[in-house]
Amino acid sequence: MRPPLLSISGLDLDFRTRSGTVKALEGIDLDLARGEILGIVGESGSGKSVLSFAIMGLLDGAADLRVANMTFGGMSLDAGTVAEMRGRELSMIFQSPRTALNPIRKIGRQIEDVLVRHGPVPRRKARAAAIAALAQVRIPDPERRYDAYPFELSGGMCQRVMIAMALACNPTMLIADEPTTGLDVTTQAVVMDLIRDIARDRQMSVMLITHDLALAGEYCDRVLVMHAGHIVETAGVADIAAGDLHHPYSQRLFAATPASSDSLDDLAAIPGTLPDLRGTLPACRYMGRCDRARPDCAEGPLPCHRPSADHTVLCRYPL
Amino acid sequence: MTMLITILRRLLSAIPSVLGVIVVTFLLARALPGDPAAFYAGASATPESIAEVRSQLGLDRPLLLQFADYVGDLLHGDLGHSVSSGQAVLSDLLTRLPASVELTLAALVFALVVGMPLGVWAATRPGSFVDHACRLLVTLGAAFPTFFTALVFVYAFYYRLDIAPEPLGRLNEIYFVAPPQVTGFMLIDTLLAGDMEAFRSAFGHLVLPSISLGLFALAPIARVTRAAMLEALGSDYCRTARAMGLSGRHILFTTALRNATLPILNVLGMVFSFLLGANVLIEKVFAWPGIGAYAVNAVISSDYAAVQGFVLMMALLFIFLNLVVDLMASIADPRVRYDV
Ligand SMILES: Nc1ncnc2c1ncn2[C@@H]1O[C@H](COP(=O)(O)OP(=O)(O)OP(=O)(O)O)[C@@H](O)[C@H]1O
Ligand SMILES: [Mg+2]
Repeated sequence: MRPPLLSISGLDLDFRTRSGTVKALEGIDLDLARGEILGIVGESGSGKSVLSFAIMGLLDGAADLRVANMTFGGMSLDAGTVAEMRGRELSMIFQSPRTALNPIRKIGRQIEDVLVRHGPVPRRKARAAAIAALAQVRIPDPERRYDAYPFELSGGMCQRVMIAMALACNPTMLIADEPTTGLDVTTQAVVMDLIRDIARDRQMSVMLITHDLALAGEYCDRVLVMHAGHIVETAGVADIAAGDLHHPYSQRLFAATPASSDSLDDLAAIPGTLPDLRGTLPACRYMGRCDRARPDCAEGPLPCHRPSADHTVLCRYPL
Repeated sequence: MTMLITILRRLLSAIPSVLGVIVVTFLLARALPGDPAAFYAGASATPESIAEVRSQLGLDRPLLLQFADYVGDLLHGDLGHSVSSGQAVLSDLLTRLPASVELTLAALVFALVVGMPLGVWAATRPGSFVDHACRLLVTLGAAFPTFFTALVFVYAFYYRLDIAPEPLGRLNEIYFVAPPQVTGFMLIDTLLAGDMEAFRSAFGHLVLPSISLGLFALAPIARVTRAAMLEALGSDYCRTARAMGLSGRHILFTTALRNATLPILNVLGMVFSFLLGANVLIEKVFAWPGIGAYAVNAVISSDYAAVQGFVLMMALLFIFLNLVVDLMASIADPRVRYDV
């Protein structure tokens, strides 16, 4: 197998806050192949966004990030190298596209800013390139839309502008943090299809962060389930679709997702809430909510089961 | 095109305020303590002579007719005559207003040039030494009354160090002839007259009063700049800009600062009106021939026409100022253009 594009092992992330240290991520290992679409699923607060910020080098001053190894395209990824790659090799789009765009700058200019900054086109051709980028995300009438401000566009349109901006410089990897939250179902499908099609065309890797296991199952090659800062299960899309999941949390997550893929998250059905990430935590952070838990779940290290080649489960008593 | 419509709409929306101001100034003059007729009739007046003056002034007529007279006079630019100066109130105000506006503008420029960079700098390093130093400076600037700072400045820079000109007005009128009044702004008029020496003198005279006044405006400007910048820098769109790898300069100035201009502009409008009202004491300390001193004298000497004219002019000025701030806001932020 070819070496992965992105490879992370032994990533820990703490936030120092007034009320104690928040252990936001612990022992994260992940690989992302070239052209692969990897889903990251988990309920709110499970650490999906902070993981993407850690990769992008966008964490704030309170963050204490420790990684054993993190490489991107064979290069070690640290604060210095990632700053060079942002927007160029490695790009990101966010949830709530309306607020993620600069409210007082024309959208065309915002795309131009990225193009000019990374220099794939000379300044005088930037306008044409920005319009081409808008056309590529299937925005109708891009010449006219160039002059629009974000508040003049719908949420779906703003997300397409975000995608155009993120992909303007042909990155090899895109992180999409809940790109369709807040969009209606049809628009959601349009945006997701767009991301998938572009990823296929350009052999671009995508890390798709979502609440929605069904959405991940539809668009991803592989899915990674997160709970309270741990990756609890990694499975190929076939296993996801079949519900062949072995971690009690993933199984609950699957059960909580209605079979029809058009519904948003309905995670209230999972009993209990995420544990407080401050203070001491048991080795299995799902323990307090799990009906299979036994006292030794508190002791680490947890064993890693491998039901099949690309399937891992972090649990002492898997299903 | 949208810009033009915005301007027209704003102008139209100002009309009710102007009408309101006219009514209020009219009533205000009637509500002031004392009897203007008795005042105009002089010290040795008899009840008959007072009644005569009253009918001369039209004060015995029904209120509505008096109001009609008042509006008619206003339309002719007639604000009445000041008893103390013997001049038409309008010309009194017009000669003195530019001095005050020039002083206020200079103070505002000082406050902006110091306060905004300070606020931006503090916002980029919250909780750092710079941030605390900024807060201290701003607190000190606002803690002392303006006339006190002004007196200390005069003592230190004129009396002790002798590097500032004498605190006597806008220009050393012994050495220089005042330029012909074109704009009323001494800095501009001296330049128009081509008199560089006088310009320098006028500039020198402006420095201490405008800094004393500007120190007071420093606090709100630095504080709102810091807050607006902190909010902008923590916003989703700045995170996007970072994720797109835009340069730190671009993020700080093009993205964050431009988004922060709207709150700064609003505070600027407020600070300007505030300074214009607050510079009476500064004008006293520096013998500045401005509007504040004139108004105080008018009130003390029960100069009705002058008080009425002053209030009317200030109110109109504030309305105009709000208009300007609104228009600048709609230039700074496209969203403002729509929700008029
Ligand atoms: N700057 C910070 N300081 C302290 N704690 C933080 C900070 N940022 C995130 N956290 C904590 O890290 C944990 C993970 O947050 P994160 O935003 O990554 O969750 P998420 O999975 O993206 O949730 P959502 O689906 O709601 O976006 C949360 O418990 C959160 O409180
Ligand atoms: Mg998130």
